[in-house]
Amino acid sequence: MDYFFVILIEILYSIASLVLIGAGLAIIFGMMKVINLAHGEFMMLGGYVTITSVNYGINIFLSILIIAPATVGLIGLVVERLVIRNLYGRLVDTMLATWGLSLFFIGVVTMIFGNTTTGISTPIPGFSIGTYQVGGYNIFIIMISAFLLISAYFILKKTRAGLIARGSMQSAEIASALGYSHDRVYMMTFFCGSALTGLAGAVLAPLVGLVPSSGGAYIAKAFITVIAGGPSLVVGLVSSASLFGIVNQLFTFLYSPVVGEVALLVAAVILLRLLPRGITGSFFKDRL
Amino acid sequence: MAGSFSRDVIATIGLTVVVIWILPYVISTFTITVLIVYGLLGLSLGLVWGYGGILCFGQAVFFGIGAYTYAISAINIGESTLPMLLSIIVPSLFAALLGAMMFYGRLTDVYLGVITLVVTLIFYRFINSTAGPHYKIGNAQLGGFNGIPGFQTLNIPGQPSSYIWGDGYFYFCAVVLAIVYLGVSILLRSDFGRIIVGIRENETRMSLLGYDVRARKTILFAIGGGIAGLSGALFANWGEIVTPSVFSLGQSAEIILWCIVGGLGTRFGPILGAAGLSYLKFLLGQQSFVDNTLITGLILVFFVLFLPKGIVPTIVNVWDLKFGRLLSDRFQKPRRNRKLRLNG
Repeated sequence: MDYFFVILIEILYSIASLVLIGAGLAIIFGMMKVINLAHGEFMMLGGYVTITSVNYGINIFLSILIIAPATVGLIGLVVERLVIRNLYGRLVDTMLATWGLSLFFIGVVTMIFGNTTTGISTPIPGFSIGTYQVGGYNIFIIMISAFLLISAYFILKKTRAGLIARGSMQSAEIASALGYSHDRVYMMTFFCGSALTGLAGAVLAPLVGLVPSSGGAYIAKAFITVIAGGPSLVVGLVSSASLFGIVNQLFTFLYSPVVGEVALLVAAVILLRLLPRGITGSFFKDRL
Repeated sequence: MAGSFSRDVIATIGLTVVVIWILPYVISTFTITVLIVYGLLGLSLGLVWGYGGILCFGQAVFFGIGAYTYAISAINIGESTLPMLLSIIVPSLFAALLGAMMFYGRLTDVYLGVITLVVTLIFYRFINSTAGPHYKIGNAQLGGFNGIPGFQTLNIPGQPSSYIWGDGYFYFCAVVLAIVYLGVSILLRSDFGRIIVGIRENETRMSLLGYDVRARKTILFAIGGGIAGLSGALFANWGEIVTPSVFSLGQSAEIILWCIVGGLGTRFGPILGAAGLSYLKFLLGQQSFVDNTLITGLILVFFVLFLPKGIVPTIVNVWDLKFGRLLSDRFQKPRRNRKLRLNG
């Protein structure tokens, strides 16, 4: 029974981290159709901001939940104004330009922090279920991503800002005819997506040793989760994260973490081959 | 058309001779050899992406499979002729398999990009985790992160002890690149090549005209994979070691960068881009003031924003405006911009 609980928590944690990794990209790609290949680097920046501000003596939760998202959101804003704004509608070009940005950020961070591993310890102690030890921080991550999902759903569905954002994404022309500048809406959406990405990077930072190139570890997972999820933002994210999280943990338990990773990637390739429009392209249609 | 093809041949031979005679005075042959190998790799994606319109984020996979196939089979066979052939055939077959899976599933741009990216990652992760002694193929240890050193390098066919190395290997690579370049030229002038360009321009129209689009894309992908595999084998011979970094995302990114900078829809552009940027990277590697990756990133962003057609087409355009159509047959210009091609 204890063992069952531990596995359950591990699976939930795996799903939650995929949701976190994918959330920012789901907004940037899912809503704006901008392929942000610098997504992983935004997460890496979030991590570095957290570690730096903790080292300066700022409270860890303050750095994770406020400073990192704000900083990365601002970086995203600058990137949107300088580069991405010129490339809307040019899918492949945005992909390449953001790849260039990702290399640029890796270079900058390498020059500032050096090519070494940095990290901080997790702020929440573990606890035991029966004879098993469970990381308390994993529970924190599960809670954060549940909160994110619910609030994203609520904001998009119930608030005026969410309505304007969804309207602009559906038809920029009609939205601007109604008096909402799609330029500004895109800017704000990109800001929110970047901030979420920074938050994800910050939340995951205490669990990993950060190196300037650690963004690469996230990018593939993020893309797989978002693209396999399909057109619906929240439902797609949850369904694909659940599927891949379960596959990942199952193979990790049965064999090894490396096999788990490879199984996740193989599952993604098979899924995209079978359902090229993503899970919500075929099931749960027209949900948000 | 026959006239301009013979001009192609003359230009290729002329350029090869110049490279073999003049460049060694400027750069050491050891460095030029790897520039040529990268040029070949650039050409492979230049063919698949620039002419076939297939944006493959995982060209490094075929490069890596070529390198590993060569290393593994060279250790097991102890002679280099068959491994060289295998290092073309195996990646080509894998590309055909992967291509068939993607193209018969009617996957396009984004999904294609993601799948090729994911396949790259699968190989990178897998090869990196093969450190244990039980991961071996025949006598060859896969070696995980450390790679495979100490395999038989290129030798004169049938004589395993007479190695081709140093300047000889440089000549060999230059000739291989010239032959592949001519092969690509012939391919693009054939019916197959014209249909492929047609598919790039408008896939639906070509399939409505009765051409089997999926089969042709798969074949083109396999050819590109074969060329990339060959350059992988040449790379393995040059470095005398293969490591998992041949599968890395950075490697894939660089190949795409070469094509963008050199110019899509040209044969010479990607080669020039590959050689030029690799040499730039080599020069930058000798200083430690600015990080190398940072500059690569800046170049990529700059080209996408301000020079999206790449160097060779831009130069040809300027030349055309000034001197008429003297050169325009040699460098085929991309007829439409990339944005339109995506929608097609």
